[in-house]
Amino acid sequence: MSTQTRVKETPHEVQELETVVIRFVGDSGDGMQLTGTQFADTTAIVGNDLATLPDFPAEIRAPAGTLPGVSGYQISFSSQDIRTPGDAPGVLVCMNPAALKTNLADLEDGGILILDTDAFTQGNLNKAGYKTNPLKDGSLAGYRTFEIPLTTLTLRAIGETTLGSRQATRCKNFFALGLVFWLYERPVDYTETWIKDKFKGNQEVARANLAALQAGYNFAETTEIFTTHYRVTKARLAPGTYRKITGNEATAIGCVAAAMQAGRPLFYGSYPITPASDILHELSRFKNFPVKTFQAEDEISAIGAAIGASYGGSLGLTGTSGPGVALKSEAIGLAVMTELPLVIIDVQRGGPSTGLPTKTEQADLLQAVYGRNSECPAAVVAPATPAECFTFAVEAFRIAIKYMTPVFYLSDGYLANGAEPWKIPEIKDLPRIDVHFAMDKATFQPYKRDPKTLARPWAIPGTPGLEHRIGGLEKEDVTGNVSYDPLNHHKMVRLRAEKIAGIANDIPELEVFGGDSGKVLVLGWGSTYGSITTAVERMRARKASVSSAHLRYLNPFPRNLGEVLRRFEKVLIPELNLGQLQWMVRARYLVDAVGLNKVQGKPFMVSEIIHKIEELL
Amino acid sequence: MSQNDSTGAGLLEPPKLTRQDFVSDQTVRWCPGCGDYSILAQVQKVMPDLGIPKEKIVFVSGIGCSSRFPYYMNTYGFHSIHGRAATLATGLKTARPDLSVWVVTGDGDGLSIGGNHLIHCLRRNLDIKIMLFNNRIYGLTKGQYSPTSEFGKKTKSSPFGTAEQPINPICVAIASEATFVARSLDVDPAHLSKSVEKAAKHKGTAFLEIYQNCNIFNDAAFEDFTSREVRSDRMLYLEHGHPMIFGKNHDKGIRLNGLEPEVVTLGENGVSEKDLLVHDESAAEPTLAYLLSRMTYPEFPVPVGVFYRAQRPCFEEILEKQGKDIAAKVGPGNLEKLIRGGETWTVT
Repeated sequence: MSTQTRVKETPHEVQELETVVIRFVGDSGDGMQLTGTQFADTTAIVGNDLATLPDFPAEIRAPAGTLPGVSGYQISFSSQDIRTPGDAPGVLVCMNPAALKTNLADLEDGGILILDTDAFTQGNLNKAGYKTNPLKDGSLAGYRTFEIPLTTLTLRAIGETTLGSRQATRCKNFFALGLVFWLYERPVDYTETWIKDKFKGNQEVARANLAALQAGYNFAETTEIFTTHYRVTKARLAPGTYRKITGNEATAIGCVAAAMQAGRPLFYGSYPITPASDILHELSRFKNFPVKTFQAEDEISAIGAAIGASYGGSLGLTGTSGPGVALKSEAIGLAVMTELPLVIIDVQRGGPSTGLPTKTEQADLLQAVYGRNSECPAAVVAPATPAECFTFAVEAFRIAIKYMTPVFYLSDGYLANGAEPWKIPEIKDLPRIDVHFAMDKATFQPYKRDPKTLARPWAIPGTPGLEHRIGGLEKEDVTGNVSYDPLNHHKMVRLRAEKIAGIANDIPELEVFGGDSGKVLVLGWGSTYGSITTAVERMRARKASVSSAHLRYLNPFPRNLGEVLRRFEKVLIPELNLGQLQWMVRARYLVDAVGLNKVQGKPFMVSEIIHKIEELL
Repeated sequence: MSQNDSTGAGLLEPPKLTRQDFVSDQTVRWCPGCGDYSILAQVQKVMPDLGIPKEKIVFVSGIGCSSRFPYYMNTYGFHSIHGRAATLATGLKTARPDLSVWVVTGDGDGLSIGGNHLIHCLRRNLDIKIMLFNNRIYGLTKGQYSPTSEFGKKTKSSPFGTAEQPINPICVAIASEATFVARSLDVDPAHLSKSVEKAAKHKGTAFLEIYQNCNIFNDAAFEDFTSREVRSDRMLYLEHGHPMIFGKNHDKGIRLNGLEPEVVTLGENGVSEKDLLVHDESAAEPTLAYLLSRMTYPEFPVPVGVFYRAQRPCFEEILEKQGKDIAAKVGPGNLEKLIRGGETWTVT
């Protein structure tokens, strides 16, 4: 779609900025996720690079105005290549006192603070635990504060309406959005189209939201409260066609792409769980594709069904978060024993147990690599950015099918919900996924391995002459018959381990960002990529001897990992856990890697990593 | 994709399969005297008559003595993990509606650890066949009580008697919206093979409970009413459209007294055949089936046969149809369009 910009020439001063970080915060019912998403969509279309960080409570609607009910959406956009949603917002749009209370500390000194004064009632102040009104007690003196009666202005803008006052008031998020659109020279067209489409069944709601959006924009333009508006020019992204994508969307589309590349149907068995549910929602829409989704009665059924589908020749997929993986563990062992291709998506969240359902963490690494009974090796991959989720969904299936093995795909809450521009790949550049079903009954043996990959044949029911039985009991080498022979078991345990280890020969070597050797190597995995790379980039700009490397393959590791580690005096491993990769690296390579660990349900700030690097230098 | 063989007209009929074609090369390792042998033999006997190529047949099982069943069938087989056979079967049948999928499970496997899956499998009504071997004991773990063990039963794990009410598999199946509910027994091969055949021919999830004797840990569990000498007096063979008559002399019947069934003797107190309940396995509601399922020995004869049968669309068919309907409406899935979906912009 081509987008016409409707930015009017105004007498206001225009200030060029490179990067802006805005955070919208309000009550769970205030539509902050929607506001943020609309801002991000428009920002993508006008051609900035961007990264987002939605942050919302696990409760659907905590009591209005309370601290636990605050929902936020942070977006960073830039004329430069950026990799994180930014450490501290420069702009905070606050819909009520609770949102102010929980977010103000993050706002940059001198940052822009836009407040809905209508929400600062004594009742709301009490709910937020304010002893005095921050609008009046001088506590906001260090910021450029804009006090705007958003609710009143919204109701006035909507005018006569058949909507109840509650529903009319809810349009205030669009008023705020219009205002911020003006402030950062974003066109309102895209959101207008979106509103018309979204509320086509309810003209009055559409009209009210459109009126609020336009009024917010006009208010900012015509009143003199903002003396300046800001311009962030288009980012110089690599040529190509782009779309904005979240990690969960990219994961879903990537799995469909894998199925199309393999020429086999996709079967997704899943049980709803935050933050993985959106993958189920996405895939269940693709019914015109060879895609079947199954909302199972529990996590175990979800993976059992996926294994059944794999056995039948489909691309079996199951997706969940950490607690779901715990339930699936026994079935993963079955897939390892029966050597069937299977992809297990784990969108990690804070734990243990139910933990922090809506907050991010990367603490399921050891669960993925080791969390099963006995010697039970599975391959593990982890995308590093929302867009990379597409690539690694395809890659997970490529490995699963080629090696006849379960493959873990570790995403996390931050990747899942975060968005960035994705350069849409050419289909012809996607890896081919070759599927060979066993057909020849003269030579077929259920556990006769391919000498190169050590994969057993994929023999699907319906193939005449290949009738055979598989299951969770130990298999005799080659024949696959049940065997309790001690030496056979020893051999099979080793064969299964060797098969997974051999995948190292089929994955790229680890690349180093920055100098090939030096004082500090920052090694990361998963969603910490953006913060780590940005931190290292900044340190290198200051001539520090720092490089970084990011693991997308966690089991097996890239074959050159040990050698890369030894080229640096010190290795720093930042992780959103207590040191799981650090533990694996130390155990495997006997390298005294240092950890930087944060378990707060939030991604790393760039400054935190810089600070730690400085400490090591 | 198509895994279907093209069996167009004009081709020669494939050679008729025999019972021997369904016997695998694996040694059967159940205890001598186990009721499972009888079930295996009847299933192997029925299979050739179903007209399904054997490569299209898959037996899926969980864990337990019964669950070794797939190893002994010369078809495709998947011996899975405890309680989860129904889940694998669900995924397999959904992905491959062309296959004939059978689940073999036991009372512990299917009603205890796998109870949840059984319920949901039945309500979804996939076209799969579930045979639940009920011996009212845990055999493979050597003799603990099971969810169907009678109240107060003394076992290794209940030396002072169980404190749990047993679960009734037929009641569970009916409550789970099953579209085919039947019961048979290992010691009546003729009835068993007929029941297996009826289950096989039902379109939808067929639930067949089979009373099966574990001669090691729970010998003679059903003998009070299943032994040849007393069977006709203590069991009720359900037949669709027929009055519920039993007894060596065909002189006993089941009558409805209010909402309760009662045993009556024909000719006594003026009771005649027309007073008896007539079995209707395809009644609109499974009310009668439920009433029958509650009849237990010694108060009543134990009913065997088809309790209930209904026609309802199958899960996998509905799913296939949704896919076809949507493809007809919006066109088949196009990867190029999918990845370029949403708002895009071009950088030159």
